[in-house]
Amino acid sequence: MSNLDDLYREIILDHYRSPRNRGQLATPPAHRVEGFNPLCGDEITIDLLVDDGVLVDLKLSGQGCSISQASSSLMSVAVKGKSRDDVRHAIASFKEMMLRHESALSDDESKNQVARLRELGEIAALQGVVKFPVRIKCATLAWNTLAQGLDELAL
Amino acid sequence: MSNFSAQRVRAETPEFLRVINDHPLTYLDSAASSLPPRAVIEAMSRYYELRHANVHRGVYQTANEATDAYEGARATIARFINAPGGADEIVFTKNATESFNLLAKSWGLANLGRGDVVLISEMEHHANIVPWFQLREVTGVEVRFLKVTDDYRLDLSTLDEDLAGVKLLSITGMSNVLGTINPVRELADAAHRHGALVAMDAAQSVAHAGLDVTALDVDFAAFSGHKMLGPTGIGVFWTRQEILAAMPPFLGGGGMIADVRTDGYRPATGPSKFEAGTPPIAEAVGLGTAARYLESLGLDHVVAHETALTADALTRLAHHFAGRVHVIGPATTQARGGVISLDVEGVHAHDVAQVLDEFGVCVRPGHHCAKPLMRRFGLAATARASFGPYSLTADTDVLIEALEHAVKLFG
Repeated sequence: MSNLDDLYREIILDHYRSPRNRGQLATPPAHRVEGFNPLCGDEITIDLLVDDGVLVDLKLSGQGCSISQASSSLMSVAVKGKSRDDVRHAIASFKEMMLRHESALSDDESKNQVARLRELGEIAALQGVVKFPVRIKCATLAWNTLAQGLDELAL
Repeated sequence: MSNFSAQRVRAETPEFLRVINDHPLTYLDSAASSLPPRAVIEAMSRYYELRHANVHRGVYQTANEATDAYEGARATIARFINAPGGADEIVFTKNATESFNLLAKSWGLANLGRGDVVLISEMEHHANIVPWFQLREVTGVEVRFLKVTDDYRLDLSTLDEDLAGVKLLSITGMSNVLGTINPVRELADAAHRHGALVAMDAAQSVAHAGLDVTALDVDFAAFSGHKMLGPTGIGVFWTRQEILAAMPPFLGGGGMIADVRTDGYRPATGPSKFEAGTPPIAEAVGLGTAARYLESLGLDHVVAHETALTADALTRLAHHFAGRVHVIGPATTQARGGVISLDVEGVHAHDVAQVLDEFGVCVRPGHHCAKPLMRRFGLAATARASFGPYSLTADTDVLIEALEHAVKLFG
């Protein structure tokens, strides 16, 4: 079951069973953004409360598989209270982690990736998803939806 | 005495030689696409190796052979579904979806306007929903839905009212999510009493419940090759000759014309009118071979075999996972085929399918292109296992073992 263990790390199962930052915020002042995965029916709603360029609070609702739920929960913990630049940086790092590399990485690229994974902290538990190409879209749904919300807020 | 043997069908189906994650292939996704036997693959190879040429054109020997092979497949399909008017009623399309688009955009556009009603049901595949919504945008035809009951059957309690004003009843023979087999003959009789025509989505039923368009007394039928042990890329549209003759052409181009001049064109007659461009010749050959293969197995035996597998699986699933795994479909094999949609409490269908893949078990997670039905039952996705003539009770053993693992993993 080694493949499955890579995918379903304990921390992912924990966030799936006990998702963080679930719920809704009053809109306004919060901004609501919705994301869909039309292939599998996963849905996510994110309420974003931004003040002076800082993501003061966010709440998540919707439904989906363990990977999409754990990814959104881990994301919410990572970006809550962060500045616009930090949130954008986290999104970029996560999406980089979800890229499939056609060939082996060079040493520098590998070191770079390891450094970025350390930066991501717990979220790095999701790196096993890359081995399961059809699940990548599950993991990235929340992050793409968050990016869309920032775009809508012109952040 | 039946000499049907699922073991032999499996031995004749090459993909079962695959090993997935150190497990033999447990293929339980025949409702999405069935695995072709070697005979089908070899017939297509032989066609390409020995007699490939374009059809209906050349005068040379291989062109004649290609035409004979293509038209021979048409005759085989006509026999297979008992088309009253024979091969002249069989139009080859890309798949059942294209067949429904042909029906809606040719016959529908000419016959269904504002004030008319097309009656479908909540258990239809998107292929028998979206073309009607598209037609509604153009002509204003009303699209009405028959409801599905809590025990996963069509609600026929108000059928006479539902049929009021209906010009076309378009209904599936067998739900690709629930496994429910609909009383098509009874529905056709009722629709005809109201002056409506009847279209049947036979994509699921053709190889798992059989299709006899004469006995069912329907007016149109649509199905796909790859769900009946044939290749992808070919489907069938059937209607009675007099209706086909009155239908305006659909796609335009070569092959579908009688004459073209600088001031216009005259369409061909018969199925050719709806087969613009070079058709899928090798696929037609493969489909004809698949139909003959199913005939050689005896479709009654196939249906009986799959019904026995379904009864066994329903009993064992209920026994092993009482209250934890819900079957979204009829609980018995009464008017039911071998499609078993599962809702595992606390485990998303994608996660179920992912764990099952680790055991070499192929099931389909998702909405199965039937979102209105999923909404009806408040579900986003199910994990669907489905049987074919090569399925064995051993497949159910592995399915249950893998499901146990999934339930344990997610607690």
